Amino acid sequence: MAGEMKLGAYICKGCGLGERLDCAELAKVAQKEGKAQVVREHDFLCHADGLAMIGNDITAGVNQIAIAACSRRAKAEAFTFDGVCVTRANLREGVIWVHPDTDDARETTQEAAADYVRMACAEAKAMRAPAGNPNRGGSKRILVVGGGISGLTAAREVAAAGYEVLLVEKSDELGGIARHLYRRVPAKEPFTEPQETGLAELVNSVCSNPHITTLINSTIAQTSGAPGRFTVEIASTGGNNRSETVGAIIQASGFTPYNANALTEFSYGRTLDVIDQLGLEKLVAAADGAPITRPSDGKPVKRVVFVQCAGQRSADDGRLPYCSGYCCNTSIKQAMYFKDADPAIDTTIIYSDLRTPGNGEDFYRSAQRKDITFTKGKVSTVTPTAAALKVDFKDLILDQDADIEADLVVLATGQVPNSGIDIETSDEAQAAAADKSILNLTYRQGKDLPQLRYGFTDSHFICFPYETRRTGIYACGPVRRPMDMAQAMDDATGAALKAIQAVENAAAGRAAHPRAGDLSFPQYRREGCTQCKRCTVECPFGAIDEDEKRYPVFNESRCRRCGTCMGACPVRVISFENYSVDTVGAQIKAVDIPDEFSEKPRVLILACENDAYPALDMAGMNNQHYSAFARIIPVRCLGSVNTIWITDALNSGYDAVALMGCKHGIDYQCHFVKGSELATYRASKVDDTLKQMNLEPERVQLFEVAITDALRTPKLIDGLVAKVIEIGMSPLKF
Amino acid sequence: MSDRRMAVGNYRNDFLKEVEANVEDGEWVKMCMQCGVCAGSCPLGPYWEHPPQEIFMMIRAGLRDDVLSSESMWMCTSCYNCIVRCPRELPITHIMHGLANYAHRLGLAPKMNPTRRFAKLFWNNIAAGGRANELKLSLGLYFMDGFATGIKKSLQMLPIGLGMLKTRRLNPFGLLAGGNCKDRKGIQAMLKKAKELEDKRKGFA
Repeated sequence: MAGEMKLGAYICKGCGLGERLDCAELAKVAQKEGKAQVVREHDFLCHADGLAMIGNDITAGVNQIAIAACSRRAKAEAFTFDGVCVTRANLREGVIWVHPDTDDARETTQEAAADYVRMACAEAKAMRAPAGNPNRGGSKRILVVGGGISGLTAAREVAAAGYEVLLVEKSDELGGIARHLYRRVPAKEPFTEPQETGLAELVNSVCSNPHITTLINSTIAQTSGAPGRFTVEIASTGGNNRSETVGAIIQASGFTPYNANALTEFSYGRTLDVIDQLGLEKLVAAADGAPITRPSDGKPVKRVVFVQCAGQRSADDGRLPYCSGYCCNTSIKQAMYFKDADPAIDTTIIYSDLRTPGNGEDFYRSAQRKDITFTKGKVSTVTPTAAALKVDFKDLILDQDADIEADLVVLATGQVPNSGIDIETSDEAQAAAADKSILNLTYRQGKDLPQLRYGFTDSHFICFPYETRRTGIYACGPVRRPMDMAQAMDDATGAALKAIQAVENAAAGRAAHPRAGDLSFPQYRREGCTQCKRCTVECPFGAIDEDEKRYPVFNESRCRRCGTCMGACPVRVISFENYSVDTVGAQIKAVDIPDEFSEKPRVLILACENDAYPALDMAGMNNQHYSAFARIIPVRCLGSVNTIWITDALNSGYDAVALMGCKHGIDYQCHFVKGSELATYRASKVDDTLKQMNLEPERVQLFEVAITDALRTPKLIDGLVAKVIEIGMSPLKF
Repeated sequence: MSDRRMAVGNYRNDFLKEVEANVEDGEWVKMCMQCGVCAGSCPLGPYWEHPPQEIFMMIRAGLRDDVLSSESMWMCTSCYNCIVRCPRELPITHIMHGLANYAHRLGLAPKMNPTRRFAKLFWNNIAAGGRANELKLSLGLYFMDGFATGIKKSLQMLPIGLGMLKTRRLNPFGLLAGGNCKDRKGIQAMLKKAKELEDKRKGFA
């Protein structure tokens, strides 16, 4: 398949490279040490002329290309050549911009440049051009699970973009919780009055759309496969089961209202006149314009109190620790039901922090104009008295205990996500909750989407909000985080877009986000595999299943190409065509290590290409200098760092190794969710190896950095170099 | 502030309605969102028993007597910092003065409050002649707390008074006559009519 490999090295002299560096010398390095068959210098490589020069060489048979110019993050489009491997030696952001232009520094700057040329040549030689995932599947139909506001919106949006939709709803009617709402919080100018929910129109638009197939009374009995080729078994209460093929899945399973029976201090369940917000919606809908009456004795309500944060924002057992985000606006809306009907009705909202997202501030103001009373306080108890209810609370502004009488008390309870089984819990707990599963995935790692906290599905909250940790399955609406109707509709639209991207990428054999368009995919050498299962357990995206002999099954289109499996593999049999233990290992070996007495240490930095590497590039753009003894290699994710790189580097004479990646933990920034966390864990195991090698543990460091750390990263590198000088050069040179 | 004792309010809107009907700009009280920026912006903030935001809450809680007998709104120096900063654009300074005025008219304002006494003195002075009579006003202030303190204060201020006399900044005959505006009777008739209208509007007539 692979013909003869021919390496071309191209050295740019533009952007000041020609003045600062001896480019002829670099060309010699590429030829003699990099073993490049073709070596060319150019004054302006990214110019059409320079690109044409490279193009001609490719036509003449060059299929591995090392470009020694600017960072791989600059001119990426210009230096993309189809079907060949391209590597970049970062001489601009990585060398001349981060080292001073002085006579003293000239020698070390040139050495750094030469090393980067050697590394680029070595990497290019170890790479193969990726061919794309052969196991692609062609279904572009999208399954939407849940027929509430989120699911209906997602279905409508997917169909509007021209894709087929299969909408599955558990109950016998579409609409979800919104069916019970009398009115909704305003979504349009001037945001002052409750408005019609618009649910009927939404349901109609879905039901009448020829691209949408709707199945009610149905649940997902089993989901297997991968993006582009999911096989879904759908069970119907009528016993009419069916099997469908879809390309991507949108999970809009919504929420269950918090069970207010736990709120005994508010007498919920003890008197009919204490209700939750949904209870009030039903009451108002039933009254249908007539005066709202008390459920207990049918007398008209003259005084109503709304208790915000009921059973929410509490650390107590059985309460929701979070703010559900929609309830303040809802109480405002509900108070208006009363005020609009009869301004003489006293309506009091007792809140501790009124949170009105979206355009709720205008709605809040409108409520104040309507004489709805807002009292900042914390309600302790609601007690039924002979003729009414007594609400005891602490007034937080006047700092005193107070009480107020009411005919009706409405509790603003929160949302509990319908996210199925928590796959992180014990097997027994999972088995006990088996009938709760939403998707019933056949994945090795569990039946449902991984959760972050409080049952909400996990997603990168800044960069990839809809992307769950299962490629091709997108969560939207309150299953992802607490939200109101307007937010759920936005969310559903976003998830619809993502699902469409997923089916298109899967059909083309490419990766989905965040490495969208990447044609490489993990492959493994079966003869070397010891069936240790680390890759199947540690894959943050559950992409890897196991076959009956416990060998990994990669499910390429479920893979995000982070390389966490490659970093996990103790026998190093997992690789990508253009990213492998060898491509990085070859770069590590290519660096010229001066001897112990040269006073020129070498520090290896393995930098995450998502945040750490751009931060280092930006250090260059901001005229920040760091030590010329550092050699930086970008990695797809710290999760892909195989500890062999660290031990090999130290064995071959590097004085220190640093991993530079994203923040991990509950507020992680890692694009691959678990990569930096796993790297931290693995790096902690390197200490034993260091002891065996008789090296100081300070020689291996892990730095958590953010993309904004352009000023901090140079300090980290300089600090590490200073540490090396303090503890002395590595004794392992030669 | 911590040892104040307030009656527990009924958290009904009766007093709020009364304020809206009778206090200048009172209809704004319900729009307060309790952010506390007014209290934090007031240069005299630490000296108020109840900062504006708390006064607004007391009105909503129905604490009529606590509000109207409070010294707090008399502390306002009309610097307008709170008005400038209020995110809800409440005319807080005006509401404070409106509340003080309403309390005074009801006879509920604290009798010995210095701001109230000065305001009264100043008003009577200016209403009498249609223009401020500085000598009478100063002497009125000196003797506000009795004859002995009046003499003492006057003697204290004697050098300044003589200096002003010398530079012709003080008219010694102001005590006897002159210094009134041209149409004193006209001004007084106008003020009388204005009071009549206001009393009628506010239900004091």
